Amino acid sequence: MVIAEKYIARSSAIAARLIGGEMMIMSAVDSTFFTLNEVATVIWQSADGRTALSDIVTSKICPQFEVDPDQAGRDAEQFVSDLSQHGILMVSEQPILNSPASPPEAQ
Amino acid sequence: MSLLAEMNQKALTLGIPISVHLDITYRCNERCVHCYLDHDDHGEMTTAEIEDILNQLSAAGVFFLTLSGGEVLMRRDFFEIVEHARRLLFNVKLKTNGVMIREPEARRIRELGVEQVQISVYSHRPEVHDAITKLPGSLKRTVEAIRFLKSQGLKVVIANVLMASNLFDNTGVMALAKELGVSYTLDPTITPKMDGDTSILALRIPGSELKQVFRSQELVGNVEEFCAPPPPPGEDIMDGFPCSAGHTACYITPYGDVFPCVQFPLPSGNLRQQKFIDIWRTSSQLKEVRSIRARDLPTCSTCAHVGTCTRCPGLAYMEGNMRGPSTADCEKSFQRTGVPSANMLLGARVGSNGSLIQIQGASCT
Repeated sequence: MVIAEKYIARSSAIAARLIGGEMMIMSAVDSTFFTLNEVATVIWQSADGRTALSDIVTSKICPQFEVDPDQAGRDAEQFVSDLSQHGILMVSEQPILNSPASPPEAQ
Repeated sequence: MSLLAEMNQKALTLGIPISVHLDITYRCNERCVHCYLDHDDHGEMTTAEIEDILNQLSAAGVFFLTLSGGEVLMRRDFFEIVEHARRLLFNVKLKTNGVMIREPEARRIRELGVEQVQISVYSHRPEVHDAITKLPGSLKRTVEAIRFLKSQGLKVVIANVLMASNLFDNTGVMALAKELGVSYTLDPTITPKMDGDTSILALRIPGSELKQVFRSQELVGNVEEFCAPPPPPGEDIMDGFPCSAGHTACYITPYGDVFPCVQFPLPSGNLRQQKFIDIWRTSSQLKEVRSIRARDLPTCSTCAHVGTCTRCPGLAYMEGNMRGPSTADCEKSFQRTGVPSANMLLGARVGSNGSLIQIQGASCT
């Protein structure tokens, strides 16, 4: 499967922290609370607005988690769709400039 | 178990301070009669010191950050601090009296992605509210601030501290909250001053009136359930600890002192001398707080209320023994259920402190 070029960036209206390998995210808009598993956390951390989603999947998800590229691509699309509906991720067909900095990692 | 409860449990297991309350100043533009703080500036932390601490808190895994005071907007660098905190992706809650918040400040707070703003309102009547804050016109300014914040779409909570002088105004404040479309929290907590001075405890509401508050369906929901006699405690209760203070939460003063909680002024280290993570991990005071289980409490472990009491270890500490009873909570448990506490049965004087409950109004949104 070919993943359409999408660029993703984290919303600035969220709070986030990596705790014990899981990313906690809370929307400042509606206080919805999310936790991301390890794979989703890598996608979220890579959402710098400049790296295409397909590149995130092939360069980070597949080698790190040894998953099938097609399946990983479909899962990533679904994940991005879900988070964008909650305003947690911004999605564009063009690179998103001035996206927020990466979240710091807890010890 | 909710996702949030799961993360709290995970933080507890991993020893992560998931919540920190940071007072950035003790200076204030109000002089509330019940305030426990000394408002003089004894050398509060600079912008750079606070930003460094925020960096350290972020690295330690802190997620929930409450910025309070004093009045937070008394600091000229207030927005700089919030901006830095939000850059680090903290979930930021503000506690303020709102007097200095106009439309531009409300807009900036929203732009920065602050999750919640808690504002103190003592009465719906200006003469009562302003007499408590000792700032003429403060209720008007505060209510205007709430409207500005609401118009920005921010989540606002009115905190209504109840004491003798505004005892019967909670219904009016709750109606005001409803009219403004904000949440309401009642707090009959009057705590001793940080320096141990207990004179302000004379402002607390009498126990008999507390009983009336506990029977307000609007405040507590199911009164029968809320005021039911305590069930016998199980082993899990006896192995439990009283609250998150020192376990997953702590408090930092404007001078960098670290306490287990804002109501538990046990000096546990200073951030001008040590890194936060070193204090959090190695402070003997915090280790002692963490070691205490319900079964270790000489009087409270024998009490019928041990499983349901909101015993505050900080108030107990301020009464002289962090393993002892918090007599205000003994009274609260008694007024709520009619069942005397073990401490009361021992003949101790009850009622020397304020209570420690936060009741979410059931009817306000």
